[in-house]
Amino acid sequence: MISIVEVQETNKMIREMNLDVRTITMGISLMDCAHTDMRVFNQNVYDKITRSAEKLVKTGEDLERQFGVPIVNKRISVTPVSIAAGAVHTDTYVPVAEALDKAAKEVGVNFIGGFSALVQKGCTKGDRILIDSIPEALAVTERVCSSVNVGSSRSGINMDAVKLMGDIILQTAERTKERDSIGCAKLVVFCNAVEDNPFMAGAFHGVGERECVINVGVSGPGVIKRALEEVKGHDFETLCETIKRTAFKVTRVGQLVAQEASKRLGVPFGIIDLSLAPTPLIGDSIAEIFQVMGLEEAGAPGTTAALAILNDNVKKGGVMASSYVGGLSGAFIPVSEDHGMIQAVQRGALTLEKLEAMTCVCSVGLDMIAIPGSTSKETIAGIIADEAAIGMVNNKTTAVRVIPVIGKEVGEMVEFGGLLGYAPVMAVNPFDCSGFVNRGGRIPAPIHSFKN
Amino acid sequence: MKGIITVLGKDKVGIIAKVCTYLAGHNLNILDISQTIIQDYFNMMMIVDISAPSKSFEEIVEDLQQVGEEIGVEIKLQHEDIFNIMHRI
Repeated sequence: MISIVEVQETNKMIREMNLDVRTITMGISLMDCAHTDMRVFNQNVYDKITRSAEKLVKTGEDLERQFGVPIVNKRISVTPVSIAAGAVHTDTYVPVAEALDKAAKEVGVNFIGGFSALVQKGCTKGDRILIDSIPEALAVTERVCSSVNVGSSRSGINMDAVKLMGDIILQTAERTKERDSIGCAKLVVFCNAVEDNPFMAGAFHGVGERECVINVGVSGPGVIKRALEEVKGHDFETLCETIKRTAFKVTRVGQLVAQEASKRLGVPFGIIDLSLAPTPLIGDSIAEIFQVMGLEEAGAPGTTAALAILNDNVKKGGVMASSYVGGLSGAFIPVSEDHGMIQAVQRGALTLEKLEAMTCVCSVGLDMIAIPGSTSKETIAGIIADEAAIGMVNNKTTAVRVIPVIGKEVGEMVEFGGLLGYAPVMAVNPFDCSGFVNRGGRIPAPIHSFKN
Repeated sequence: MKGIITVLGKDKVGIIAKVCTYLAGHNLNILDISQTIIQDYFNMMMIVDISAPSKSFEEIVEDLQQVGEEIGVEIKLQHEDIFNIMHRI
């Protein structure tokens, strides 16, 4: 029998601690849309997306009402466009991005991911066309998100692609400079990208996936923070136990929504992504969790350990709650989307280098970091190479989503709006790395990749 | 199928009456009620049978919200699954 205490606990988590289901993402395969004519291909893509996701937003809203828990985002991911559009006779995929944008608007989702290429070992013709199309595609569309996988633990790091992405990020920044270079907020460079990640901007529908699938991302930094406030000053065992129990409850809500959405839409359930995704709201911040753990600011000595504890125990609690766990699964540490992280940067507690160290123990990487617009493409490529190396050597996903804000320098504020938040421009190490990144070629895979 | 109704707000005459009248009018049987008043604040939980309502679940959620607004309390109806799944293994 349900007790009043449990009902009140659940509703308190929703009302006061920002418990929500962060995103329902429908993954749609575009493999069967292939055609040599761009117009036919785009029509196929548009038709398939609008047909498959017709009821996605409505179903999400119905579930919100039924369970009384907010479902913040309804989104779509598609087969990497460089693969799906490989047969098209063209030298640009910008019209495909426009077709995706139009389809996203038609079904009412706020982002559509999959303007992507997987080039960890090398580029096909389609991959190269896609990468070259990114700056314009992100400037002329509103909801399209793009990602490029440049490395993996099995194949090493494609340094030609890394170098190219340094340039592409700067071009994207330049093309959207009137809006604080917002195009770069929709572009992620990955190492070890996963095929079932429901979170933007890095979401795409992997080639190993089925026709159509529902993936759900849970959230809840606010809930974890409040739970930890109750055990302030207790030892690490209590700390870990509290995170685990809370993560279990949060993930169960995600699992419920995922199963119900999958049933109602007649689309198989894929995975739950056990990530803690912050928002710019006060009280919904990963950095505030560090503070409750006993650190003055995010970035203080101990932060990497604190993040490791948080990440591990979220996973331990979450895997018990759902049998199909996937995606990135771990705490997100974006700067602009987390009020506590922004404060830590402003107070000088958090630097790019400390963030890089933290990415060794979390799921994502350097995320939503504003850097000076005067940063060189080689420096950006160097940042990508460092981050990709962390992912490659440690068998984990890492990503870079930096925004070189054209016309702004260290300390100035940038406003992206909405969930993308705001951020101070952070300092980048000024020493040159061009001799390194300009070498070209591929960094071979590490020895432990040889597992057969 | 069961739904959980929670009512929260400043106590006054007729809150239960209003909620029950609505439920009776839409074929929702009340299975259990518990209610407390803490420092003038009315706090009620009801378990109702939602297997044969005269409207869709989503519509009833909205209607009850409106009933709440009329009498100045917050009324929430949620499917029991969210509580079962969070608190039971």
